[in-house]
Amino acid sequence: MDAFSTHVGRAVPLRRSDVDTDQIIPSDWLKRVERTGFGAGLFSEWREDPAFVLNQEQYAGASVLVAGENFGTGSSREHAVWALQDHGFRVVVSERFADIFRGNSLKGGLLPVQLPAGEVEALMSLVESDPSTLVTVDLAARTLQAGDLVAAFPLDDFTQWRLLQGLDDIALTLLQDEDISAYEVKRPARMPSTRPVA
Amino acid sequence: MGRTLAEKVWDAHVVRQVDGEPDLIYIDLHLVHEVTSPQAFDGLRLAGRGVRRPELTVATEDHNVPTDALTISDPVSLRQVETLRSNCQEFGIPLYSMGNASQGIVHVIGPQLGVTQPGMTIVCGDSHTSTHGAFGALAFGIGTSEVEHVLATQTLPLARPRTMAVTVEGRLQPGVSSKDLVLALIAQVGTGGGQGHVVEYRGEAVRALSMESRMTVCNMSIEWGARAGMIAPDETTYAYLSGRPHAPQGPDWAAAVAAWERLHTDQDARYDKEVFLDASAVTPFVTWGTNPGQGVALDAAVPDPAALPAGGERDAALRALAYMGLTPGTPMREIAVDTVFLGSCTNGRMEDLRAAADVVRGRRVAKGVRALVVPGSMLVKLQAEQEGLDTVFREAGFDWRNAGCSMCLGMNPDTLAPGERSASTSNRNFEGRQGRGGRTHLVSPEVAAATAITGRLSAPADLQEV
Ligand code: SF4
Repeated sequence: MDAFSTHVGRAVPLRRSDVDTDQIIPSDWLKRVERTGFGAGLFSEWREDPAFVLNQEQYAGASVLVAGENFGTGSSREHAVWALQDHGFRVVVSERFADIFRGNSLKGGLLPVQLPAGEVEALMSLVESDPSTLVTVDLAARTLQAGDLVAAFPLDDFTQWRLLQGLDDIALTLLQDEDISAYEVKRPARMPSTRPVA
Repeated sequence: MGRTLAEKVWDAHVVRQVDGEPDLIYIDLHLVHEVTSPQAFDGLRLAGRGVRRPELTVATEDHNVPTDALTISDPVSLRQVETLRSNCQEFGIPLYSMGNASQGIVHVIGPQLGVTQPGMTIVCGDSHTSTHGAFGALAFGIGTSEVEHVLATQTLPLARPRTMAVTVEGRLQPGVSSKDLVLALIAQVGTGGGQGHVVEYRGEAVRALSMESRMTVCNMSIEWGARAGMIAPDETTYAYLSGRPHAPQGPDWAAAVAAWERLHTDQDARYDKEVFLDASAVTPFVTWGTNPGQGVALDAAVPDPAALPAGGERDAALRALAYMGLTPGTPMREIAVDTVFLGSCTNGRMEDLRAAADVVRGRRVAKGVRALVVPGSMLVKLQAEQEGLDTVFREAGFDWRNAGCSMCLGMNPDTLAPGERSASTSNRNFEGRQGRGGRTHLVSPEVAAATAITGRLSAPADLQEV
């Protein structure tokens, strides 16, 4: 994972709540066995409408997605994160994220910025009225800034540190191998194995 | 202070706890399927890592397999399934392939094999892993990066979740199922009502539910945003598990039950949030919109967005009605469907098939309606056939299929055409979920069966005597 420090980019307003993972990346795309190439599938059904906000020229190249509440609801497909990243997004802003989507984003280095409703609305209006607005997301300070708007967003210290360093979670956990082995020794022997029983 | 069920299971799985860091949690069972795993196995290979505990891991083929043949003709689907097969081979993971008697939807086969047991931590790259919580397990969906993490380490670093209780008092009326109950609950609490919480379902109505009905309720936890759903184990749970292939045997059984008996929320424990529901007030419930929270009683009509507060909720309702092609005020019973889908990890088990067959027996599917039954697993299929249910469905005009996810998510050839409308026992009515432009009404198996007969959203009570 690439380290994340400060991101500056233009934003696209997606004025919809409950944007589910089936919209972000429809299931026909999930048959791929690779991790790349999902950008073309991003919102593919909505993008058939020329008026859809992602199709509007003034938002081309935007790297911050501003959406309504409960973004990423639905399935666990990490393909949703890969599609957003492949399309060029580095940050998603919403009042509320579905838990699994939020977790997947933080694993992959797509930053979910959670802001109160009023600040999401302010940002949304700002980029609607001026699509050239630059949005600055500073991970170290945990702030988002655009025009006159300066907003702080929550993120636990550990995740912030991991993203700033661009660290691989698995490598971190493997450092705890002794603890894992010690736990395994104590597990009751009656716990089920998946080996087929005769 | 006492602890909740979720807290007890959590505490028993902490491998490492350090201030300011997520807890490292041991995973007892990892379920794998073809769609969310290939990139995880690739990641392992790239990093030169192995699978730490292949014998705590089990895989099945379910999401994109056809249900009308045992061979896959779509080359892209085939490649994904073959990738799973070679990955399981390479890493020594038990796999139930198409054609195997134990193959089926991942959340149906876990309980059926008896590998899903009370007090365990269970994960799968699939959001409906919450199903397994019906056994008093802490079970939740994870993304592909986490799948890779569990394969490599058998653990996950996780922030301690908040807890929530849904207490359902009273009893469900005859003809009302646990699907109606959970749809009514989601309409009440909203699709984000459970966010960040592990929810425990309790109360008289929940205790009275069969194991399969409990799974239906826990399955839908994710549809209102909960991280997981749980029900404390009891005699119903033990009776279901006893004698299953992977259930503890002999002296282990007694030891296991003794441990499981402790898996209940202490009297003096506190939840972060509580919700109450009266089961006796629930009637057959159906969705009208494009998220599972947009539902009403079958007795009601399509709601009028103008009656909703201005803003997000009204906008969402307006967009949903436009997508669904519905007019406010239309009685739900007047909505005609093209397709009825009976299946999925929500309602593809024996009890669901029996309930639907009871409605269908001796009747005919309405003209022009395509109706299909897709059992949740090959064992469910086999048992249904032994009970003669396949004949009941076939004679009524239903298609009788092999096991898989099928029209629940439309990755296999079973899909809705644009504009087509279905009554579906699955769990998601998102735009395009069952096929591009398809319109989905979520219903119980009983309502699905009655709807197939009349061609309009109906309850069994609406049918003429046969
Ligand atoms: S039946 Fe549907 S919800 Fe269940 S695992 Fe399959 S696709 Fe997911």
